[in-house]
Amino acid sequence: MKLLKLVPDNTNIHFLKWRVPFYIGSLLLIAASWGMVMTRGLNLGVDFIGGQMIRVTFEHSAAAPVGVLRDEVTKLGFGEPILQRFGKANEISIRMKLPEGSDKDPSLSDKMARTITAAVKAHHADARIDGVDSVSGKVSKELGWDAFRALGLAAIFVAAYIWLRFEWQFGIGALLSLVHDVSLTLGMFALTQLEFDLNIVAALLTLIGYSLNDTIVVYDRIRENLKKYRKMPIPELLDLSVNETLARTIVTSLSMLITLVALLLFGPQVIFGFTAAITLGIFIGTYSSIYMAAPILIWLKVSSKSFVPSEVAGDSPAMAKKGA
Amino acid sequence: MLEFPRWKVIWLWLVTVVAALSALPTIVDMAGYRWPAGVPEPKVNLGLDLAGGSHILLEADPSQVRTQRIEAMEESVRNKLRTMAQPVRISDISNTNGSLTFIVDDVTKIDAVREAVLPLTNGAGLTGKRDWTINVVDGNRFVLAPTQEGIDLAVTQAMDTAVEVVRKRIDALGTKEPTIIRSGARRIVVQVPGLQDPQALKNLLGQTAKLEFKLVDQAALPSDVAQGIVPPGDEIVPFADVKAGAVAPRIAVKRLGGIRGDQLTNAQLSNNPQTNAATVTITFNNDGGARFAKLTSANVGKPFAIILDGKVLSSPVINEPILGGSAVISGNFTTDSANSLAISLRSGALPVDLKVVEERTVGPDLGADSIRKGMIAMGVGTLALAIFILATYGRFGVYACCALALNVFMILGIMGLIGTTLTLPGIAGFVLTIGAAVDANVLIYERIREERHRGRRVVQAVEMGYKEATRAIFDANITNIIAATLMFAFGSGPVKGFAVVLMIGIMTSVFTAVTMTRMWVAHWLRRARPSELHL
Repeated sequence: MKLLKLVPDNTNIHFLKWRVPFYIGSLLLIAASWGMVMTRGLNLGVDFIGGQMIRVTFEHSAAAPVGVLRDEVTKLGFGEPILQRFGKANEISIRMKLPEGSDKDPSLSDKMARTITAAVKAHHADARIDGVDSVSGKVSKELGWDAFRALGLAAIFVAAYIWLRFEWQFGIGALLSLVHDVSLTLGMFALTQLEFDLNIVAALLTLIGYSLNDTIVVYDRIRENLKKYRKMPIPELLDLSVNETLARTIVTSLSMLITLVALLLFGPQVIFGFTAAITLGIFIGTYSSIYMAAPILIWLKVSSKSFVPSEVAGDSPAMAKKGA
Repeated sequence: MLEFPRWKVIWLWLVTVVAALSALPTIVDMAGYRWPAGVPEPKVNLGLDLAGGSHILLEADPSQVRTQRIEAMEESVRNKLRTMAQPVRISDISNTNGSLTFIVDDVTKIDAVREAVLPLTNGAGLTGKRDWTINVVDGNRFVLAPTQEGIDLAVTQAMDTAVEVVRKRIDALGTKEPTIIRSGARRIVVQVPGLQDPQALKNLLGQTAKLEFKLVDQAALPSDVAQGIVPPGDEIVPFADVKAGAVAPRIAVKRLGGIRGDQLTNAQLSNNPQTNAATVTITFNNDGGARFAKLTSANVGKPFAIILDGKVLSSPVINEPILGGSAVISGNFTTDSANSLAISLRSGALPVDLKVVEERTVGPDLGADSIRKGMIAMGVGTLALAIFILATYGRFGVYACCALALNVFMILGIMGLIGTTLTLPGIAGFVLTIGAAVDANVLIYERIREERHRGRRVVQAVEMGYKEATRAIFDANITNIIAATLMFAFGSGPVKGFAVVLMIGIMTSVFTAVTMTRMWVAHWLRRARPSELHL
């Protein structure tokens, strides 16, 4: 049986030839993503801003009657709802701000949820209430801060480890590609206005993990080649490393994509946004390992000397430390 | 590198079989079958986001604890000074502004009072720290203020009691397998799988159920009470049942000399035979019954107020001494609210008010739907992935697929053994872990291919492949472990759930994707002695 071979042997693609335009492009994309987050804002879920979310499925309808629902809920006098489809067209979430004074008297928010669900059920016979989330302002602030702190600390410590195992240039490169991945994903969420909740933070963590994995594989090969080919110019060496690991990059990314596409197509609707974020992250993460993490090493002047001090001092302590 | 002594092989298989066997109950359960009773079942529980149910986060208000402590101290001080060999008169007692202050009329008794009060202010524990500070200002005014340590300790104790009370109340509702845990200094998480409408539960938990019987101060001027002017020694309490929009009528009751309704042996839903209205019948224990008898005997003909959570339910006149040790509480109850009050009274009063600060309910349909679709997606995804890997790596692909299957079993097994819960973000961790496991094999196999191209002999190429690839796998996994540890330490809810699965998965994936496949490959190389690798 002939085996599937997606990448021919000994490829020699000049990935880094276009590093400057690609880098500028990436930086612009990061800036654009932040611009998007600033201007359009993220469609933050109740986890982060507090409030109430009621999920409804209209079992016998092809699509949820968004306009009708908006009127019905607005008429109840609790303010304007944010209505959003999630997954299939007949599944919808109704989001409300918590009523004034509900911090003091929590029964107010209960009353709101009851009134709304009762109204929806009364007007639509096929409405099935799938869940109610209610988060107070105080808790939502903590949830947001906890998630942010966990992300930030994880990124910093990981960069520190890479510095220790490789060189400081690699640590910065890894951190930069993390910033790139997170920024672009946030930008996508601002652009599409998909709901951003705590589960999406888990998706963000997954793609960070994946991207890091990818970056380290490329870095490991660069480290190896730096020791092996001491005279080779750095851009050439980076190209060689990326090419040597190309087959692995393609096969692994495809493996991930196969599982994720299965989740997207057949998986539960509740995790659609979440799976979509990870899927997107695979592309962003693979790209950033090649075009964010690698070229920065040229500009930060990485060299063979970082790993092999010199021929004469071949068995110096530095060698022993880095050679592990 | 390719040498595997017999003891090592046996050891590896033993670990694998034990871990994988532990996954059986979980898999049997997810497939919808029953696990035979009597056989140990380390099962992975599904989180509420997957299985459906209610999650409620309650927060206590600790400012109350301070007030209650000061009130309790006032009573102790009064009792102590009254029962001394030579009673001391005190006046101008105030328990506002976060401390208890009073004036000792006879200045020569200051030291005697200090001596008498001192034992009341010592900490309960052996910490040697004081629960209260005592100061004398302006010559004869005592100021007793609770210390922060004392308050903290009291809050901790109150929370411990609160968890017990919450558990009793939820058990009384007859719900299945509730989880009730302390979270941080003053929060309690309540999770009830399968519960669809948490309203009854919230009503029950929102009720502090502090029941008091206090004498009505008949001397108080109604005009004063209406204006909120508190007569000395009194407090003003509003009536509970008010028509919407109306101002609650208020009543002045004597602050001291009443009794609390916490010394009960039972509380039950009952009916008023005349009006058929729902009432609650309470039965005092011996001590409570004696106190109640004493209170009612001494005040025949006077009205007293039945106060629940700071609101007057009713204020009947005591017609005759109640000596039987039981009493009927009427108010504007429905059968449900009377029943809920009875449960609350039976389980004891909450030492602190609890507020719902977060609530998540997932309907069972959505949960079941999620699981079913998740299983299908996992099945399809795994199958497609297996075909892809087999097509790419042939024989080596078989090893990779076996390792992957083993990995899934081991993760589920370990999660079951340590009793973790699988949530939606946990599934994300699962996906990442599977990705990392596949990647480990891909790295190794691609490296072997490469080494063969460079002209190494078969055995050497395999050996080098494992050796060189392991370095990158090691670094990648350590970074992920670092990230997962930090997420576990600092993250909340979903982030934690993700981190747990990731940590377990990284360890098992190194074991299965590197160690186990190496053992299989080594075995094959020794037996078949291939001259060429079909890779």
